[in-house]
Amino acid sequence: MTAITDDSIQATPRAVHDEMIAFGIMTVLLVIVPFSGIYPFFVMQALCFALLACAFNLLIGYGGLLSFGHAMFLGTGGYITAHALKVWGVSPELGIVAGTAAAAALGVITGLVAIRRQGIYFAMITLALSQLLYFIYLQTPFTHGEDGIQGIPQGYLFGFLNLSNATVLYYVILAGFLFGFLVIFRTINSPFGEVLKAIRENEPRAISLGYKTDQYKLLAFILSGTLAGLAGALKVFVAQNASLTDVEVDMSGLIVLMTLVGGLGTVFGPVVGAFIIVGMQQYLSGLGQWVTVIQGTVFVVCVLTFRRGIIGEIAHYLRRSL
Amino acid sequence: MKNAISALLLGTALALSAGSVAFAQTLDKTVKIGALSDQSGLYADLGGPGSTLAAQMAVEDSGLTAKGWKIDIISGDHLNKPDVGANIARQWFDVDKVDVIVDVPNSGVALAVSNVVKEKNGILLDSGAGSSDLTNAQCTPNTIHWSYDTYTLAHGTGTALAKAGGDSWFFLTADYAFGAALERDTTAAVQAAGGKVIGGVKHPLGTSDFSSFLLQAQASKAKIIGLANAGADTTTAIKQAAEFGITTGGQKLAALLLFITDVNSLGLNTAQGLNFTETFYWDMNDQTRAFGKRFQARMKNHNMPTMVHAGVYASLMHYFKALEALGGNPHDGAKVVAKMKEIPTDDPLFGKGSIEPNGRTIHPAYLFEVKKPSESKGPWDYYKLVATIPASEAFTPLDKSTCPLLKK
Amino acid sequence: MQALYAQLLVGLINGSFYALLSLGLAVIFGMLNIINFAHGALYMMGAFVAYFLLNLFNIGYWPALIIAPVVVGIFGMILERTMLKWLSGLDHLYGLLLTFGLALIIQGVFQNFFGSSGLPYSIPDELKGGTNLGFMYLPIYRGWVVVFSLAVCLLTWYLIERTRLGANLRAATENPTLVRAFGINVPRMITLTYGLGVGLAALAGVLSAPINQVRPLMGANVIIVVFAVVVIGGMGSIMGSIVTGFALGVIEGLTKYFYPEASNTVVFVLMVLVLLVKPTGLTGRAA
Repeated sequence: MTAITDDSIQATPRAVHDEMIAFGIMTVLLVIVPFSGIYPFFVMQALCFALLACAFNLLIGYGGLLSFGHAMFLGTGGYITAHALKVWGVSPELGIVAGTAAAAALGVITGLVAIRRQGIYFAMITLALSQLLYFIYLQTPFTHGEDGIQGIPQGYLFGFLNLSNATVLYYVILAGFLFGFLVIFRTINSPFGEVLKAIRENEPRAISLGYKTDQYKLLAFILSGTLAGLAGALKVFVAQNASLTDVEVDMSGLIVLMTLVGGLGTVFGPVVGAFIIVGMQQYLSGLGQWVTVIQGTVFVVCVLTFRRGIIGEIAHYLRRSL
Repeated sequence: MKNAISALLLGTALALSAGSVAFAQTLDKTVKIGALSDQSGLYADLGGPGSTLAAQMAVEDSGLTAKGWKIDIISGDHLNKPDVGANIARQWFDVDKVDVIVDVPNSGVALAVSNVVKEKNGILLDSGAGSSDLTNAQCTPNTIHWSYDTYTLAHGTGTALAKAGGDSWFFLTADYAFGAALERDTTAAVQAAGGKVIGGVKHPLGTSDFSSFLLQAQASKAKIIGLANAGADTTTAIKQAAEFGITTGGQKLAALLLFITDVNSLGLNTAQGLNFTETFYWDMNDQTRAFGKRFQARMKNHNMPTMVHAGVYASLMHYFKALEALGGNPHDGAKVVAKMKEIPTDDPLFGKGSIEPNGRTIHPAYLFEVKKPSESKGPWDYYKLVATIPASEAFTPLDKSTCPLLKK
Repeated sequence: MQALYAQLLVGLINGSFYALLSLGLAVIFGMLNIINFAHGALYMMGAFVAYFLLNLFNIGYWPALIIAPVVVGIFGMILERTMLKWLSGLDHLYGLLLTFGLALIIQGVFQNFFGSSGLPYSIPDELKGGTNLGFMYLPIYRGWVVVFSLAVCLLTWYLIERTRLGANLRAATENPTLVRAFGINVPRMITLTYGLGVGLAALAGVLSAPINQVRPLMGANVIIVVFAVVVIGGMGSIMGSIVTGFALGVIEGLTKYFYPEASNTVVFVLMVLVLLVKPTGLTGRAA
């Protein structure tokens, strides 16, 4: 049906083995970051986006559904968590739960609407829904519109982990990211994941085999949205604010870009892509608007010649599954 | 092997000790300035690259580099987003060791950055944003607000127009911190002068079509339509108001915040007769003219400086004075700001003034009117002075300020 | 009541922009199956070309109405020849992503050179002023916009649906191989079609230059609404997009009168509803 992902590498036990080694390497690298001198806030920001991109990738890479509205989950998770922390004064863990739950609820509502169509129409519906939500958030008083929710307290996670300490916060965010990543990893390599891939390859055949494809797609959508909401909730602690930037169309486009650059349909591609794009925004910020031009150029180049993305090309070259 | 181990231990000890030194209280002669502005959006012309230039001119004119000081300037683009601005500010303090942030137009961003600055004990010299909240409810010991705020604009333009017969107002407000503050302060000024506010409508930041809002303003039959917005929003609204015959229909437009770059982009034909308040104009006296000509020569687009640019220059000159008085840079924001508040301000652009305990800089403000095309003798000759508002009236009186710092 | 009529008329004026822009998009999608995310940026380029024509070459508004669309149309054709062609065999989502990237590049480049606060472009003298219609003061220029857009829309519809050239275009995209066998140069038809769609966007840009500020981001806000219009009207249907464009402008005007807070969202609510019930849009052909 859609040729947007290259699945020439099969999911065999050896493939899973490769992936787990790569996972181990990634975890070790991330664990030593606070000791390496890299600015931890940058890595934390990148981790939140990496989780977001992985969640998005679950939907497109394995479900074959391009969502052009994933920003709505990021934003919802962020706003609800921010509001819970600042106005209701709950503790951080409850704030994260609230934000993630809100994103899950949004996933259910929007999923029921969006799943009924595929391909371009699915992308357009998600775009429309996310714009709808953007304008709703713009008007609702609790978000403070253009000013966003500022000065969110970081507090103590579980009562004893001091989130104002950069190192503690880093490990908390890392834990959150690894948790989300493992959930996605487990989903991909499970019977549910296999059915999803089957649906992506040839939906009529899957239906003829007796699978209720709409239910599978809906579940994947909700899962993807929930994890994106978790990313948004975690990001609130890093940035200490929640604003309209997180629900704009540009953000949805950025998510697509991250996954595209890293490699659609690969396990680690979105992580690499997120680090690259966030790094570009951070370290090239002195260039002002040229960053947009560079992002656009990367988009164009990737779509024209580099469709597998960085990890995709490496995986293809090594004939391993990454 | 033994040498390697001791080298490793020594290296680790050095690394750990280097990492633990955060803000040394020793004085040194290094300064790092961060010009945080909207480099490419709605407010790029009134702040933007011009602010970085103004900062450079301040560094040159202070003569400190000749005295052995090392002063660096970096610039950043906050894209009119509070989270981007806050993140850049945080990174500047943590990684780049910036001491002072200047400019920051867009009140939403300024308030977010002000929070970060207080947390990191840095300094914010804001001459770009307008919200009077920066020196009222949201004041901090690390922020000084330069050039203008919504109170100045409200009491300059609002009071003058209300007293001159404009006793019914309708507001077109930009839906963010600044717009709300401007509407609030102008409403207070108009009501104090005996006028009434009969209605208003909010529009999103960056609106390109004001027709439906202007229709509502027309239908209200208010004598004055107050534009509580800035930058491109204001100029678009003025342009379209002319199209809809608002002024020919008897209503007057009050652009509550207008910069010389806006007048330039509108052209004198459209902008003539507009009344508004500013605190700096390049053609006021010899010193401002000299600054203006120097600035214009070095600006890529040859624009004259706005009061925001002038504020960046003046605030940095005063900052350097305070550093010299302290004998060096202690890299302690609150300490330097306290010193700045002790010294009265005196610079070629704003004249003599002072800084209040709540961080508000006091100096006279001016009510201008845009010249008719026939009255203008050359490019950038746009304003005529209508009235001077003394410093005591142009800013929130201390006893009315809601700044928590003032409550002892 | 007067206020209602006034908002409706303003809505109709806005609707004419929507119609003109969505016309270009519908042509491109209907014929080429490409979702042209760059449409907003090309609309912006049309306005900028008009500005340059006036300020660099002293060419006024009336010639600009023809020159600007041609210039931007040629630019669009170059884009099509060099980039979009490569994607012709692939999933349509790639076309969407490519044009999204192109939009970022074009807007970013213009922003770097021209800032964002807008360049002045005045209404041509012949169209200045306005008339008092009783319930509102109608600027003559805005009245001209409605009339001109309607004319262009109908002309384009006629060209595509009723002329031989249009028939060739439609055939070439429905069954390229067969049409090629007839000796018609299909790739050239495709390039021309893209150029036509782009030219329509640029024309809308020239029309809007006197009343909206000529700024690099002028297309970014309007493009999403235009997508909604095209989707509602039917992704491949010319007449559908025209009618929906005007209708949507009017509906937005109505919403601004009765419930202004929802005026931004009403388009998207409608789009979602239509997509649920009839995904090919109100008058579209089957996807």
